[in-house]
Amino acid sequence: MRYGHKYVFLLPGLLVLIAILIFPVIFTVRLSLSGWNSYNPGLDFVGIKNYVRLFTSDPRFWEAFSRLAFFSLTTVFLQYILGFGLALLVWRDVLFKRFFRVLFLIPMMTTPVIMTVIWKTVFHESLGPVNDFLSMFGLTPLWLSDPMLSKVTVIIVEVWQWTPFMFLLLLAGLLSLPKEAFLAASIDGAGPLRKFIYVTFPLMAPISIGAIIIRLIEASKIMDTIYVLTSGGPGTSTETTSFYIFIKGLREFQMGYSAAMSFTYLIVMILSLTVIVNILIRVFIGRND
Amino acid sequence: MKRITVAVTSMLVGVTAAGIAAGDKWSDQFPHIKNTGDIAGECSYESMSQKDYSGQTLTINTHAVPVMGEPTALHAEQFSALTGAEVNVIHTPAGDLYSKAMIPFQAGQAPYDIVFGFSNFIRDWMAYLEPVPEYYVNMRQMQDVTKSHIDVASWDGTMMQFPIDGDRHYLKYRKDVIDNPELQAKYLAETGNELRVPQTWKEYAEIAAYFNGWDWDGDGELEYGSAEVMKKDDLMYAAFFSRSVAYAKNPATPGGFFFDLDTMTPLINSPGFVEALTDWVEAVNYVPPGGINFSLGDEINSFGGGQALFSFSWDDAFVAAMEDGSAIKNKVGVAPLPGADRVWNRETGAWDETYNQAPYIVWGWAAAVAKKSKNHELAFDYLCFFSNDANHQADIAIGRFGVNPFKKSDFVPDIYIERQGWDQQIAEEYTETLMDMEEKSTNRVFPLRVPGVFEFTSAVATGTSKALAGQLSPQEALDEVAAEWEAIIERVGVDNVREAYAVGVALEDNLR
Repeated sequence: MRYGHKYVFLLPGLLVLIAILIFPVIFTVRLSLSGWNSYNPGLDFVGIKNYVRLFTSDPRFWEAFSRLAFFSLTTVFLQYILGFGLALLVWRDVLFKRFFRVLFLIPMMTTPVIMTVIWKTVFHESLGPVNDFLSMFGLTPLWLSDPMLSKVTVIIVEVWQWTPFMFLLLLAGLLSLPKEAFLAASIDGAGPLRKFIYVTFPLMAPISIGAIIIRLIEASKIMDTIYVLTSGGPGTSTETTSFYIFIKGLREFQMGYSAAMSFTYLIVMILSLTVIVNILIRVFIGRND
Repeated sequence: MKRITVAVTSMLVGVTAAGIAAGDKWSDQFPHIKNTGDIAGECSYESMSQKDYSGQTLTINTHAVPVMGEPTALHAEQFSALTGAEVNVIHTPAGDLYSKAMIPFQAGQAPYDIVFGFSNFIRDWMAYLEPVPEYYVNMRQMQDVTKSHIDVASWDGTMMQFPIDGDRHYLKYRKDVIDNPELQAKYLAETGNELRVPQTWKEYAEIAAYFNGWDWDGDGELEYGSAEVMKKDDLMYAAFFSRSVAYAKNPATPGGFFFDLDTMTPLINSPGFVEALTDWVEAVNYVPPGGINFSLGDEINSFGGGQALFSFSWDDAFVAAMEDGSAIKNKVGVAPLPGADRVWNRETGAWDETYNQAPYIVWGWAAAVAKKSKNHELAFDYLCFFSNDANHQADIAIGRFGVNPFKKSDFVPDIYIERQGWDQQIAEEYTETLMDMEEKSTNRVFPLRVPGVFEFTSAVATGTSKALAGQLSPQEALDEVAAEWEAIIERVGVDNVREAYAVGVALEDNLR
C-alpha cells in the first residue's frame, strides 16, 4: 500500500512552521546583508559588511554578551537553588501547603515591567524605602547608580521574578517521582540528607536540566528589567545583548546592522546552549548520552 | 523694533480678545477653555464649527497619556464634535514614536495621517512629510510663533512640522534660598563668595556643592545641590549639550558647534566639550543619591518636589514646581543657562578668556502630516485647531500636558499672574528669560538635525554615561564619541551630513 498522501496532511503544519519560524529567520539573514537604516531604506545588498563591522569594530556588543552570560548564569543558578529549596519545602505535607504554593507563584504571575517599576521605586536611592530603612544604620547603598551594585540589583529583581518558574517546574518534577525509590531508601535506613543526595537529586536530574535550560534561554533574553531599571547604565555596566540590539535597531534604526547582531546572537546562543546541555548532563547524570 | 511692535500688538490683541471672549458659548460647551473662551482666529472653535468633515476619518499617532497624548486626545474629541470628523488617536511610548512612523514611511504606507514626535526627527522624516501649506504659514496664529520655533519646525525655510510646543533648556533655582539674606550672609561668611543666581557653570557647581546634603529649607528633609537628567537614555545628551554650549559655542568662530562644517570633523572631543563633561562628572557629587540614574521624570519630581536647589532642562520641572498644590509654588526662579568665563576657539586652538553664554533651543514635541495621507486639509485643520490660541492658553497651564510656550503672546507676565497665581516677579523673570532666548540671542545652539541623528546622539549618551559612571575619563569618553561620530559620517556619507548640518549652522550663525 502506498502512503504518499500522508505528506499532504503534513502540509498545513509545515506551511505554518515555515511562516512563523523559518521565514523570520531567513528574513533576518537577508536583512542582515542589507544596509537598511533611517537614511537608506530598503533591502539593498551590502554583503557581509555588517558582520565585518560587528566582529572587527564593535567591542560593545561582545562586552554586552559577556555581561549577559554573567547575568544569565548567576540568576539561573540562584533561581535553581532557591526554587529547588522552596519546592522541597512544600513538596511534603506541610501546613497551608496550597497557600504557600500559590504564594510562591505570585511574582511570576505579575507583569515584569510593572514589577520592575515597583522594584525601581523600592531601590530608589533617595526616595525608596530600602535606603530609607538602611539610612537608620548610616547606609545608603547606590543600588542603581553604582556600576557594581546595579548588577546586583538586576540580579535581585530577576531572581525574585523568575524563581517561581523554577519552583513550579521542580515541584511538578518532585510530585511525579516514583515512591518506590524513597521506600527502598527508607528501608535501607537512609536519612533525609542521604535520601536527597542519592535519591531525590538524581531522580530530578532530567527535570533539573530541562528547567535550567528553559530558564537560561529566557534569562538570555533579559530586556524589560534592564530597560526599566537601569537603561543599561550607569555607563554600560548593565547593558546586555538584547538591550544593545534594541538600541541599535529601534532607537538608532540601524535595521541591517541590528539584524546581523540578532543572527550572530542566535548562532552564539545555539552553540552555547549545546555546550551547556552537555556540561549539565555530565554534572547531573555523570555521563554524556 | 518692528518685530517688537508686532509682538506687543499681537500680545495685546490676544489678551484683550481673551478677556472679551471669556465665558462665551464655546467655553460652556468645552470647559477646557473656560478661562479665555474662544479666541478669534483662523482655527478657532467658531471657525472650525463652520467646517464639515462628516464621513472623513483622521488617524493620529501620538505620545502616551498624559504628556502630549492627553491634549491630542482632548482636542481630537473637541475637533470631532465641531467638524463631524472621526478621529482615531493611537498612543505610543516616546521611545517608539520614531520607529512606529518610520517603518511605514519607508514601506510607502500611510497608516497615520498625523505623526507626533520630536522636532529633531525632521531630517529623517522630511521626505515623508507634507510641507505646511502657505495658508497656515501665513495666518495670524502662525505669525505669533517665535522665530526660534518657526526655525525649529522648518527645514531650509520650508515649514515641515506644525508648531505645537516650545522647548528650550534654562536654569531653574530655588528663589527662597538664593534670595534669602540669611543664607546669603552665611554663604558669604563661609565661602567668601556672593550667593546669587550662578553666572557660570563653575559658580553653579560651587553653590550646588555648598547646598548639598543638608536641610536648608527647614522641612526636616535633606536637600541637594542639583537635579539633572543623567540617566543613559534618549534625553541625557541634551543635558550634556546644555552644559557644553557655554564652553564650546564661540560666536567668534561661526561654522559649526557639533562639527566643523568645512571639514566635517567632529568637535565633540574638543576642549570646550571636555571641560563641560569634566564639570558634569563633578556634578555627580552634588546631585541627590542616585542622581546619576535620574530620568527626566526623576528630575521633574526632584526639583518640582523641592529636593534640589538647581535644575536645568525643559520647562516641566519649573511648571511642576509652580502648579497649585506644590510646596514650593512661588519659591522658584528662572534664569538663562549659566555661562563660562572662557570659551574654546577652534580656529586659534586656545581658550578665549571672555565670558560666554549661549541659549540651547532644544528639540521638543512636534507634529506633522504624512505626505501619503489622503486627508491633508483635515489633518492640518486638526493641528491648527490643536494649537489655536484658546486651546494653547489652556494647555500651557496644565503641566502634565507637556505643552510649553512658543508664541510671542505667551510671554506676557499677566497671563501667569492672573490665570496661574504666579508672583509678579517670577512671572516677569520667566517671560523675560524665555523671550530673550527665543528672540534676542544671536548665539543660539539648535539641536543636531542630520541624517541618522539618533546614531549621533546615542553615541553621546553612551560616552558621557561612561564618564559619569567612572568607566572612562571625560577626554577618553569624548574621544570614543568622536570616533563613533566619524564612523557614522562615513556610513551616512560626509556630503549628506554636511548638507543637512549646514541648514542648522545657518540658523546658529544667524544667516537665515
